[in-house]
Amino acid sequence: MEEAEAEAEVESNRDNVEVAPALIAVHPEQISVAVAVGPDLRVFDLLAGSAASLVDECGAPFHKDPIRAIRFGSRGKLFVSAGDDKTVKIWSTESWRCVCTVSSEKRVSAVAISEDGCHVCFADKFGVVWVVDVAGSHGHVTLGDRKPTPLLSHYCSIIPSLEFSPDGRFILSADRDSKIRVTNFPKKPLNGAHEIQSFCLGHTEFVSCLAFVHARECPQGLLVSGSGDSTVRLWDISSGALLDTCEVAAKAGLLESNGEAEEHGHAVTDLCTTISGLLIAVAIQSLQGIVLLSCDVSAQTLSVSKVVSIAGEAFVPTCLGFSPAEGKLWMVTGVSSLPACNYPPLARVRVISAIDAEQEPVVLGDDEIPGGEKLLETLQGSASVDESAFLAAAEAVKTAMRNLLIKKQYPADNRESRKKTRNDRKLKM
Amino acid sequence: MPETEVKATISKSTGLPRKRFYRARAHSNPLSDSHFPVPISPSQFDYSLHYPQIFPSSDQADGSRKIQFADIGCGFGGLLISLSTLFPETLMIGMELRDKVTEYVKERILSLRVANPGQYQNVSVVRTNSMKYIPNYFEKAQLTKMFFLFPDPHFKEKNHRRRVISPFLLDEYAYVLKAELEADPVVKLLSSATEEGQKVARNGGQTFQAVFRRIVPSDQTS
Repeated sequence: MEEAEAEAEVESNRDNVEVAPALIAVHPEQISVAVAVGPDLRVFDLLAGSAASLVDECGAPFHKDPIRAIRFGSRGKLFVSAGDDKTVKIWSTESWRCVCTVSSEKRVSAVAISEDGCHVCFADKFGVVWVVDVAGSHGHVTLGDRKPTPLLSHYCSIIPSLEFSPDGRFILSADRDSKIRVTNFPKKPLNGAHEIQSFCLGHTEFVSCLAFVHARECPQGLLVSGSGDSTVRLWDISSGALLDTCEVAAKAGLLESNGEAEEHGHAVTDLCTTISGLLIAVAIQSLQGIVLLSCDVSAQTLSVSKVVSIAGEAFVPTCLGFSPAEGKLWMVTGVSSLPACNYPPLARVRVISAIDAEQEPVVLGDDEIPGGEKLLETLQGSASVDESAFLAAAEAVKTAMRNLLIKKQYPADNRESRKKTRNDRKLKM
Repeated sequence: MPETEVKATISKSTGLPRKRFYRARAHSNPLSDSHFPVPISPSQFDYSLHYPQIFPSSDQADGSRKIQFADIGCGFGGLLISLSTLFPETLMIGMELRDKVTEYVKERILSLRVANPGQYQNVSVVRTNSMKYIPNYFEKAQLTKMFFLFPDPHFKEKNHRRRVISPFLLDEYAYVLKAELEADPVVKLLSSATEEGQKVARNGGQTFQAVFRRIVPSDQTS
C-alpha cells in the first residue's frame, strides 16, 4: 500500500518536472507583445499588425526546452529569453534577431536587464546570479556567444525573481528561503557585486515575484514582493525595512475556514506594477482573475482596491504584463504541455483596460484587444482555445510550483530505509 | 544478578554532559532543506531564550546589547567556553548544524551556568545552517568577530560548493561584520581552545592561523 503510494507520487513528480507556465511580456511602449509557451516564443508586432518573425543564427537556434523567463529591457531595445535548455538568448527588438546566446551551466530561473541596457543578469537553479556584458548590441550587430561571469549567489536556493531598482543602483534577488537580497550593482559588474545593501526579511515562504512602485517622492522606488505565503509586502530597500503586509488571499475571499483548505494553494504567482495610479496587479494561484492593490506612497501602506474576475472562463493567470502607454494589463494563462491529458501546449491571452484608481477596470473581449484576432492567433496558437483544458492546466502549474519551491517534507517512518545506501550504514561483511 | 548502573548522560562527578552519548558523524549535509525553526528576521530572534539572565523577558528587546561574536561550526563548544570568561560583557553565540552536537553544547552551557553562578551567561548555541541563514540571525554590521574553526577544505571540485569560505559567502559575512580592527587576545586561543586544536596538539601536528578583517571598498558609491 505504502509502496504503491510512493510509486504514484514518483510518477506524478516526473510528469510535473516538465510543466512550465506560459509567460507574457509587453514592450514598454506597447510596440510588441511576446508570449512564451514551453520552448515556443511567439511575438506579435502591434505597429505592423502581424506576427514578428524571429531570426536566430546565433548558436543553437531557438529554445529546445521550456522557457522559464522572458523580459523586455526598460528602454525597449532588448528582449531576453531563457529556460531549461540552459541558454539565455538576447534579441534586438528592432529586427527580432538573436544578437547573443549565452550558455549557462544550470537551468535558468530568472532574468533581468540593467536600466542602461548594458548588462543582462540571469539566475540559475543553484542560486548563482550571472552577468553578461551586452553593451553595443543593437540592430543587426551580432555579438555571438558570450561567457557569463558570476555576480553573486544565494547559497543553494532557487531564485525565482531578479530585478533592478529603477535608478539602477541595486540588483535584487529573491529566493526560495524567503529572503530578498539587495546588492549594490557596481560600475564594473564583471568583477562581482560584493556589497550587500540590505536583506528584506519577513516572508515565511518562497518569494516568487518582485516589482517596483515608481513614485516621485521616492526616486529609488518602493519594492513590492509576492510570496508563497499568500501575502504581498512593501519594503524600503535601503534599510530592508518591512513597511506593510497585505494578506491578499484572505482579502480576496479565497481562504475559507474549511478543513480541506490546502496549505500552499494560494501562492502569489505574479505581480505587476502600473506606472500611473500606483496600482499593483496581483495574480494568485486558484484565483480566476486578479487582485488590484493600491499603494499609498506617503503612508507607505498597501490595501486591496478591487478584485477583478474574468467572467465566462476559468482563467487563472500565470503571468502579467503592463503597457504604460495605453494603461492596459495583459494576462496569459497556459502551460507547456500536459503529459497526462495529451493536450498540446496551450496559452490564452486576455487584456484588462482602464487600470486606474478612478475608473472601473474592463475585461476586454477578444475583438476589442489591440491586434484583435490576429494577435490571438499568433500568441495563442489558435484563435479559440478548448476551455476544459484550463482547469487541468491551472492544477498542473500549481503542482509544478509546489514541487519546485516548497521544501520537501520527508516522512519519518521510512527514514531508516532511506539511509540504507549510506556507506556507514551498510552491513559490514 | 549484578545491578546495572543507570546510564547517565550527565556525569555525576563533574556535572557536565558525557560526550559518548552525543557522538555524531563529522559531516552533516549543508545543502539539504532544513526543517528546524529559523527566525524570520534578526529582530524576531528571541534573546531571552538564549541569555535568560541578561534578558529576563522576551519583550525586552531594547536593542542595546546585541550578539557580537559568532562561532560558525562551533562543534563541541570548546572555543565558546574559553571566550565566555575572557569577554564576560560580550554576547556570543555558536552555530552548529548537527543536532546531537548542539544538544551537547546546550547541556554543557547549562551545567556550567549552574556550577559557576554569574558566569557563562553570555554564551549560547543554536542549531542552524549558517551558510543559508546568517542574515536571519544578524543585522548589518552587528558582529565584531566571526570564528571559523576549521573550514573543511573539500578538495574535490564537486564539493567546492560545500565550502564554508567561498567568494559568495564572504559577501554575506562582510555584510554582518563591522569594519574595525583591534589588538586581540583571542588569537592565542585559536590553536589551543578548540577540541580540534587540542587534538592536533596531542598528535604533535602543526597549526596555521588566518585572521582577516573586513574592509570598506574604495569605489563604493554612497
